[in-house]
Amino acid sequence: MKLTTLLTTAALATGIASASMADAIRMGTEGAYPPYNFVNDAGEVDGFEREVGDALCERAELECTWVTNDWDSIIPNLVSGNYDTIIAGMSITDERDEVIDFTSEYFPPDPSTYVALAGYDGDLSGAIVAAQTSTIQASYIASSGATLVEFATPEETVAAVRNGEADAVLADDAFLADIVNASNGELAFTGEPVSIGGGIGMGIRESDTELKDKMNAAIASIKADGTLTALIAKWFDGRMVKY
Amino acid sequence: MFNHCADPSLLDGLSWWSCYLTTGKHINFYQSFLVVFALLLLTVPIILAFGFAGALARRSRMLPVRWFGLGYTSMVRGIPDIIFFLFVPIAMDQGIEYLRHQWKCSDWLEPVRQGNDFVVCTAAKMPLGISPQWVHETYGFLLATLAFAIVFGAFAANTLHGALGAVPKAQLETAAAFGMSRGQIFRRIHLPQMWAYALPGLSNLWMILIKATPLLFLLGVEDIVYWARELGGTKTARFAYPHPDWRLGYFLVLLVFYLGLTWVSEKFFNNLTRRVSKGQTTIGGTV
Repeated sequence: MKLTTLLTTAALATGIASASMADAIRMGTEGAYPPYNFVNDAGEVDGFEREVGDALCERAELECTWVTNDWDSIIPNLVSGNYDTIIAGMSITDERDEVIDFTSEYFPPDPSTYVALAGYDGDLSGAIVAAQTSTIQASYIASSGATLVEFATPEETVAAVRNGEADAVLADDAFLADIVNASNGELAFTGEPVSIGGGIGMGIRESDTELKDKMNAAIASIKADGTLTALIAKWFDGRMVKY
Repeated sequence: MFNHCADPSLLDGLSWWSCYLTTGKHINFYQSFLVVFALLLLTVPIILAFGFAGALARRSRMLPVRWFGLGYTSMVRGIPDIIFFLFVPIAMDQGIEYLRHQWKCSDWLEPVRQGNDFVVCTAAKMPLGISPQWVHETYGFLLATLAFAIVFGAFAANTLHGALGAVPKAQLETAAAFGMSRGQIFRRIHLPQMWAYALPGLSNLWMILIKATPLLFLLGVEDIVYWARELGGTKTARFAYPHPDWRLGYFLVLLVFYLGLTWVSEKFFNNLTRRVSKGQTTIGGTV
């Protein structure tokens, strides 16, 4: 039944003029990184970035649909057009900037912290540290003296510390704070926070300059009237960021 | 879903479970089992179609057609499946969009490939940007089905080619002696007798197909493996139903599901082989 509906829709769609199409865009996110983005129990994308994205779409007068995509293929799928933006806690780095474009930042650089089993006090510069693949934390560990163990999802990096595969995990402070709080004393912060990478921006195809301009204008707008500051305070334990 | 689930923090024991197992995410999980069944049912006719096409091509009297048949079966069987599963959906998606782009936006001046990006005009995108999410998901699912069909069709072609060759020549000669035309011999004698030889290989292929359905997960289709991983992950207090890492439990459910499916399939194929092999001197035969 879905096949015939699909075929009918496709047949109808080929007759639609292109005028109305510029208004709808698809926002791509990971959905596995609370509090930035996660999939709530009702099955919908939720989190800080969901609310920021919805606010930006409202300001830019666009109709936005949210889709999730695994972190590993999030950039290649943006580039081949599966969705139009990446809004997934992605830090602005030069390496990524070569492949895609970024809007201005909508979140300041979050310090990355180490979390290990409670009572761990080994030397982190020589330890085995877990991180998610293709993140700034992974490249930081790889270029330091520690041994890097990479995993596809943030969940698996924390599970590695719990089962002893890794000594510690390095990730954004906001993500780990929730997990440490929920671990009932099993996990604890260790070592010193490190500041890696630039702020978090939205990823856009390099050829899509029109959307980038619209989004930059929308970001400036939510910064100017305090909406962004309020959202950051709501999702990040009252953290006050002045924009 | 139920009225008593309004405030999950107040629930305990069985009522917590009754609410937890009926959240929106869990309903998606249960529905994804239908996705797996849909894949299995949808691919079978296409696999058989590709299989027959390949087998008949290999038996053709025209040399180029034989080469095509041989090339299809050897290439697809020789190259790792995962390459086809990753390549076919992306290549087909871009190919279809490119053709629509040529048709609809022939006045587009910029090249389609700009650096790393593959850019076509908005009207040529398939599915369209304004289409609802289910259209996107169904389209991705159909591309995945096609990839499965291409890969498993080659294996089926090989099995069917062997089965067609295993039917005793004497049967075909007798039919010719009776004055049947080539088409009649094929339809009435060759094809029905072939099934007794083809079924063991095809049932094996079906088992492998069942095992391969999690590859949908690689293609970004939200199948049971995706939801099991998603639901099993640790949930902190930010979620309505916090729980520790339950991935093992969810994957055990998948294990039971797949084993159950395999058991039912085996029973079915044993039955079918027995029926088709009545009077035949094959392994499944009942002389």
